[in-house]
Amino acid sequence: MNTWIYDKTFEGFLTLVFECFELKSIPDKIIDEQNQGLFGYSHKIITNDTKAERVWKGIHKKVSEKTALMLYHAFLSEKPEVELWMLTFIRRVFGTDLNVEADFGKTDVVELYKLRQKVVREAQRILMFVRFQKTVDGIYYASFDPQYNVLPLAIDHFEKRFADQKWVIYDTRRNYGFFYDLYQTTEIHFIDSQIDFTTGNVDASVLADGEQQFQELWKSYFDAMCIKERINPKLHKQFLPKRFWKYLPEKQGKQ
Amino acid sequence: MIKPDTLEKLKILAGAAKYDVSCASSGSNRPNSGSGLGNAAPWGICHSFTEDGRCVSLLKIMMTNHCQYDCAYCINRKTNDVPRTAFTVDELVSLTIEFYRRNYIEGLFLSSGVVKSPDFTMGMMTQVAKKLRTEERYNGYIHLKSIPGASPELVREAGLYADRLSVNIEIASENNLKLLAPQKDYESIFSPMNSIRQGILANTEDKRKFHSTPKFTPAGQSTQLIVGATPDSDQQILSLATLLYQKQQLKRVYYSGYIPVNDYDQRLPALTAPPLVRENRLYQSDWLMRFYHFKADELVNETHPNLDLEVDPKLSYALRNPWLFPIDINKADYEMILRIPGIGVKSAKMIVMGRQYGRLNSYQLQKMGVVMKRAQYFITCNELSSLTINEMKPEYVKKALTEKPVKTKKEKHPGQLKLFTEEHFTK
Repeated sequence: MNTWIYDKTFEGFLTLVFECFELKSIPDKIIDEQNQGLFGYSHKIITNDTKAERVWKGIHKKVSEKTALMLYHAFLSEKPEVELWMLTFIRRVFGTDLNVEADFGKTDVVELYKLRQKVVREAQRILMFVRFQKTVDGIYYASFDPQYNVLPLAIDHFEKRFADQKWVIYDTRRNYGFFYDLYQTTEIHFIDSQIDFTTGNVDASVLADGEQQFQELWKSYFDAMCIKERINPKLHKQFLPKRFWKYLPEKQGKQ
Repeated sequence: MIKPDTLEKLKILAGAAKYDVSCASSGSNRPNSGSGLGNAAPWGICHSFTEDGRCVSLLKIMMTNHCQYDCAYCINRKTNDVPRTAFTVDELVSLTIEFYRRNYIEGLFLSSGVVKSPDFTMGMMTQVAKKLRTEERYNGYIHLKSIPGASPELVREAGLYADRLSVNIEIASENNLKLLAPQKDYESIFSPMNSIRQGILANTEDKRKFHSTPKFTPAGQSTQLIVGATPDSDQQILSLATLLYQKQQLKRVYYSGYIPVNDYDQRLPALTAPPLVRENRLYQSDWLMRFYHFKADELVNETHPNLDLEVDPKLSYALRNPWLFPIDINKADYEMILRIPGIGVKSAKMIVMGRQYGRLNSYQLQKMGVVMKRAQYFITCNELSSLTINEMKPEYVKKALTEKPVKTKKEKHPGQLKLFTEEHFTK
């Protein structure tokens, strides 16, 4: 068994690709150095930005921007098989002068395409289900815990939409977030905060005047929109999975 | 701006607006003007889903539910004894802005009962949109309902601030409309629709000449048809829809299963439940016409005036036209591949691209997302073909595809079938 380990970063993965070609060796298993457990390994990757940069540039020379982005998005899924599929695909890309991007008959292409869909959908769910709460200092705050590490993909949308208000979106699962101060967006990490990470709620003492009223108005509006003759809990949960309910004012306290 | 009675008003006026099914927030592109609030995303975003499984994208609300009309199918008809109230322009503006800032909504969908005159009502609604755009510098989505009978000048003005305008036709034939809504006729519905269309055409024309031409309803117009309140057939409904898409250049036609809100009215049919399956079949047909290049008369015609409720319209088409199948996945045109039950737009595109690299087999098709359970009867690929529709006869294929495995627990809510799941989010 030819097992390689790396640090689970995108640069780390690109370094791994570089060394594949350098050592003329192909791993049949790729694992994360954090979770290597009892398994041994035959080669350890030390992330190297120069090598990573060369591979990334090389990929851009061979495939369209869209496909390069697909690789990055699929990587964010953190799925155990993703590295091997990506490696298979990248080796094929480098091994031929033909365009192999749309070869959907190959398992790796179709699987990477599907993973990209999942990741992009999760990022869209941030746009859909983020709910801001206004605080006394005029900052709109929202917690979120996406399945994949996709918060950075959503930031551009919020910068454009809420250009005239200060806001924070915080990934409670990975403990980092972004703060927009009307001029720029910066990455932040809370050390101590007035936010309850299990519910995502801001402590009532620091909420702006009228905030709870608006949440109440929204909740009443939501309830009033339902047509009781058409009630369909299965469809409801399919579109609005339960894992998002905790952050939605309209679903507070619902089973 | 929030007063103690706002909550009560919101409940009444949202409850009065909920029967309008349109919720799309897509099709517009209104970038943020520098440091203002909001941008309309061209693909549309759903922000929540009600317990009946419908998307909540816009603050769908009525200006007032007072109405001088007496349409039999409407909850807000003059003769109904329901609590009546009205919002002021400022209240609506403030609600929209506050909800938008918290990312609850994509924008506003404003409708209204007709008070004083169609022009007065339309003028009030336009004021809300104008104030949002000019005073609040708001670039989010606005959908205004155009009031039947409003003057062309007012409709034009509304179009300068709104992303979408719509006039509801409600009933698919004029005599039935006159029967149920004596104060309305097709003239009062189609004349605003025409002036919106002309406005859009003139605007596109001007845009070619002057780059700075202001937008005019960039997301186009839509309408709604009520299904099951009158004896109109699916053929009538779908041919009207085709006409609306082609001649009126509508962006969307919505179908709303009739909910017996006024069950005392003898002109309306007595229904135990809204016709949700029929509504779903109409949406599927609409989808087939817009994205799968089907024509209305291929789905319904003189011999089949109504859609089959048991199977979806695409499968129904295939069963009625067995001589078109089996289709060779590795050779057929994209157009023909789109007609195979179990293959969607995404997988059809993947097939056409993927087959350039080599012949495709059924395992690969499955990986691409083709529903082989359905498609198997209608295709041949790089393998010995299994039994197709011609060997099996259409009636057996139908039986094989509609028989459900025996369920131990009876489903509590068989209700609405799901539409096209993913397209909902991305289109």
